[in-house]
Amino acid sequence: MSNVLARPEIEIELTDAGTVGDVERPLSLIERIITNETFQRFAILVTLLVIWEVYARWLNNSLLFPTFTETIRTFWHDIMNGTLVNRTITSLRTLVIGYTLGLLIAGVFTTFAVASGIGTRILSTLTAMFNPLPAIALLPLALIWFGLGTPSIVFVIIHSVLWAVALNTLSGFRSVPETLRMGGRNVGLKGARYVGLILIPAAFPSILAGLKIGWAFAWRTLVAAELVFGVSARSGGIGWYIFEARNELDTATVFAGLLTVILIGLLVESVIFRAIEARTVNLWGMQQ
Amino acid sequence: MNATVRATAPQTPPSAASALLDVSGVTLQYKTPRHLVTATYRVSFNVHQGDRYVILGPSGCGKSTMLKAVGGFMSPVEGSIKIRGRKVDGPGPDRMMVFQEFEQLMPWKTVFGNVLFPMAVTKKFPRAEAEARANSVIEKVGLSKFKDIYPHMLSGGMKMRVAIARAMALEPDILLMDEPFAALDALTRRSMQQELLSLWDQLRFTVMFVTHSIEEAVLVGSRVLVLSPHPGRVRAELDASQLDYDAVDKPEFGAMTKRIHDLLFAEPQGGAAKKASA
Repeated sequence: MSNVLARPEIEIELTDAGTVGDVERPLSLIERIITNETFQRFAILVTLLVIWEVYARWLNNSLLFPTFTETIRTFWHDIMNGTLVNRTITSLRTLVIGYTLGLLIAGVFTTFAVASGIGTRILSTLTAMFNPLPAIALLPLALIWFGLGTPSIVFVIIHSVLWAVALNTLSGFRSVPETLRMGGRNVGLKGARYVGLILIPAAFPSILAGLKIGWAFAWRTLVAAELVFGVSARSGGIGWYIFEARNELDTATVFAGLLTVILIGLLVESVIFRAIEARTVNLWGMQQ
Repeated sequence: MNATVRATAPQTPPSAASALLDVSGVTLQYKTPRHLVTATYRVSFNVHQGDRYVILGPSGCGKSTMLKAVGGFMSPVEGSIKIRGRKVDGPGPDRMMVFQEFEQLMPWKTVFGNVLFPMAVTKKFPRAEAEARANSVIEKVGLSKFKDIYPHMLSGGMKMRVAIARAMALEPDILLMDEPFAALDALTRRSMQQELLSLWDQLRFTVMFVTHSIEEAVLVGSRVLVLSPHPGRVRAELDASQLDYDAVDKPEFGAMTKRIHDLLFAEPQGGAAKKASA
């Protein structure tokens, strides 16, 4: 009786694979440029600017929609005479104060939240209450409490940063893999060292996401707050610059102000945060 | 290899005093949201210096829970766990854990940084000595070329070697391994088992090892503790110190495997346990 599944066995000497051509081939220069992310982003930007310019020229109404070239001219002019630079510096100074304070308070909150169950409950309740509350809605209250000035704006910026950062950090801490936690406790880490050496780096992708969201919220809130009540000190910020230009129906200057807001947003996102990402989460393979 | 050295394991457990790890009458329970689960019931055993002690049992016999208790991550509701006569009352660097998951390495540190980390944190060695030790242990596991690479660029087997190197660099009293090779593919797993054995031949550390593979237990272990299914109770403690890769095709290996298989799967009232060959 023969085995129905039996067939002759096969063993083959390896042939030389060199004859099939390139096993691995470097991409050509053009292929590399086209797939380059920076190039793609730049191409998108140029396309948008061309559409803007063409549409504005066709509309031919600089009061409603100034051209790109006109906006750039105003932008350059105001940078050169210092107005725009001063306004931007005023805004950024307020922003840095508010952002830093917001981060510090968020750090205190999350430290309490990881330390105890009741702390977690307090933070999640507060976050659920205040995160959806628009910072700008607190501005009238801030004006009553702190008066017309930088403290009011700092207050609303803290509000806009705090909850977003605290929420992300806490959820980051919670999603740290059990093996990493046990590994840390195994070598006897406790308290602040445990948080600093294990939890923070392990949760860094979430923390960084929180920082980015917090930054965007803060920048938005700042410009909006300045637009609402205008000049805060002797010199107003970028929001005030836009507000003033609107009063004078100087649309090109309004556009120049908006352009500045966008440019600073882009700069922080694609230079500062990108650099942090490249040195941390991308290097560590925690984020693609 | 080295059969003469490994052949010295005594047949009867000597007094607890000479044991490195003394587990006596340990009952472990943990809570899930709905149940109170008894993982092990009155488990006793001794691990001696230089043992490759394997805890083997079916899924849910509490073997991983047992290992966590020895690691100090949970405390027994009954009985005691002592290491070198000291009662275990929390995690500590004298008992280094190696886990099954690949995420046990810190992704934000290089291979070198990961190996150095426990030594830096515990300050067991001066900085320069710690660095020298890290380098030498990385070389021993054959990863010198990958010293400055981050864990996400390593293969599963390499990550496992780093985890073992990291644990051993600290010279713990005992190395606790929770199914360390379970997540590896079969070929890597085999070479990792061999590597663990050759590392053991070099360094003679004490290791406690949890597995659900009978073959792995017999190959890697010098002593095999067989636990019964849920809740885990001691079924047998066997001597496998003579059986390694060179013995895979010998009848003793098959007999041992069969014996453990019967211990694990035979019905309690059946005669399977009695026909075990010694």
